[in-house]
Amino acid sequence: MNRLIILVILTAILLPITALAETPEEKGLVIALEAEKRDSGFGDSTSNMKMILRNRHGEESSRDIRIRALEVEGDGDKSLAIFDNPKDVKGTAFLTFSHKHKDDDRWLYLPALKRVKRISSRNKSGSFMGSEFSYEDIASQEVEKYTYKWIRDEIYEGAEYFVSERYPVDKKNSGYTRQVSWMDKKEYRPFKIEYYDRKNSLLKTLTFKGYQKYLQKHWRADEMHMVNHQNGKSTDLYWSDYQFQTGLSDRDFNKNSLKRIR
Amino acid sequence: MKPLVASLMLFLSWGSHQAAICHELSGFIELEGWFFIHEGQFDGQERQSGSIAFQPEYFHEWRNGSSFTFVPIARLDATDDERTHFDVRELNLLWLQDRFEVRFGIGKVFWGVTEFLHLVDIINQTDLVESIDGEDKLGQTMIQLSIPSQRGTLDLFALPWFRERTFPGRKGRLRSALVVDTDNAVYGHEDKEHHIDLAARYSHTIGDIDFGFYHFNGTGRDPTLIPTLSSNGQPELIPFYELINQNGLDLQAVAGDWLWKLEAIHRRGQGDDFLAMIGGFEYTLTAVFETSADLGLLGEWAYDERGDDAATAFENDLILGLRLAVNDAASSELLAGFGQDLDSRARVIRVEGSRRFGNNLRLFLEIWAFIDQPEDDFLSSMRDDDFVEITLAYYF
Repeated sequence: MNRLIILVILTAILLPITALAETPEEKGLVIALEAEKRDSGFGDSTSNMKMILRNRHGEESSRDIRIRALEVEGDGDKSLAIFDNPKDVKGTAFLTFSHKHKDDDRWLYLPALKRVKRISSRNKSGSFMGSEFSYEDIASQEVEKYTYKWIRDEIYEGAEYFVSERYPVDKKNSGYTRQVSWMDKKEYRPFKIEYYDRKNSLLKTLTFKGYQKYLQKHWRADEMHMVNHQNGKSTDLYWSDYQFQTGLSDRDFNKNSLKRIR
Repeated sequence: MKPLVASLMLFLSWGSHQAAICHELSGFIELEGWFFIHEGQFDGQERQSGSIAFQPEYFHEWRNGSSFTFVPIARLDATDDERTHFDVRELNLLWLQDRFEVRFGIGKVFWGVTEFLHLVDIINQTDLVESIDGEDKLGQTMIQLSIPSQRGTLDLFALPWFRERTFPGRKGRLRSALVVDTDNAVYGHEDKEHHIDLAARYSHTIGDIDFGFYHFNGTGRDPTLIPTLSSNGQPELIPFYELINQNGLDLQAVAGDWLWKLEAIHRRGQGDDFLAMIGGFEYTLTAVFETSADLGLLGEWAYDERGDDAATAFENDLILGLRLAVNDAASSELLAGFGQDLDSRARVIRVEGSRRFGNNLRLFLEIWAFIDQPEDDFLSSMRDDDFVEITLAYYF
């Protein structure tokens, strides 16, 4: 947050100069900050997610997950993912406190044992429940977790996009060297992200579809499609029943709340 | 039982008019096969056995977050009459308020952090006939007051009805040399099973550390087994449940890819005062073997001050383990452990794996081997009980 304030002040003071001499790195960061600013103030949200896993032979399996999120002032968001399907993992839940400047805190709830397990979040490249999404892909996308570089502007099907690269701050534990994102200039929504692995070859492509606006301000995609170019697998996410400002609070995102949920 | 069923039916019919999230019926039915490698040491023990179990779960939630849960389980076993049993795992109301929550009825509570021994876990009695890993528990009547705050969570328990541990019967495998006579348990306190046990636990998370400590005053869950003669002159064991005071601590720290774990107890009232502990680590490797699988390396050391007198297999033991999460569509998992008694040659190997078939079936495989168990060791009576257990469960 401090860095953000300083940056805003600096930007305000230096605006006449930077407008002329903005480096690609500065421009990349400004775009990321603007995107974050536009989505701030959502408070809390609940939604349902259907996850379709597809292997290289086209065989599919699905998971149903309920997602709850809480915006946290000055730090990363809190989130809760509860599994409804398949039935053998029903009630399994992940609680995550994301942080801007250090590893996220993560707990796993195992309903059969009624056990809450703290789990390590150091390695971010692990698969989230067998999907092509890694933990760093589904985690809260805090601006501070990356450095940025604007590459070019691009026009695609009549809309204008910023094309930027971002580089993980925690290089050692990320699965990526860089990500290339396409963000529309009008609403600052991501439309495509390409993920480059640690050898800098293209690993995955994520595309967003069916953006809808909630509370006149918050854009959420109905569909996300992740394709892994190296293993031929893909994962689709279908989002539904988005609700905002439902009255969730800190007490819905603690270890006790894990034991209560079904 | 009848009023219970009637009230449940009432809930079901009333709940069916509510939104889907508010009430649901789920659960599983499973078929289990046990295959022992050797003939049993004792008369009447079989090489194979099978059983079937049914565990439905009814859950109802009101708009304010309060809820009702009912989880019974019934098992029919082909060989052991003691394994054929019925239990109510949960039948409770959760009353949720802004500052606190109260659970009233039969419930289940788990405390602890280690993988191979659950030392501090004390609220629920172990259902030993369900499995020997101590992870199956009997339902416990309780009033639980839980007060969460920014400075940690305080849990207060009153436990009015004590549950005796289940033990395999004469024909059951994985039993002590003398059969435990569960019909004639004796108690250290005159109130017997009606003694109201009390417990208080404080737990909190500070940065990378999760910890909890508690005090328990009540009937000990681990009985002292006393050799005696039954009414018809047969030698047998009688469980003796003492009144104990126990302090417990559990702690887990995250340090990068490492998890450090510690559980410790101090017990008064069961023989001499003693300390017992288990501590260790889990180190996780991500995306091993060029796949998306995660591999965990585990090491735990268990110590019990009572040494060989301890009614436990873990008096000075080192356990090394591997945990594999394949991260495939079938959610395949494997946990393997190798335990070495540091005071003798005794070793135990256990492997448990599972994978999903389709959307509702899950196949479990469990293997246990007891190697070089000396005559005087706790597990000596199980030295011929190496087994493979296959379970197919249908979830709904």
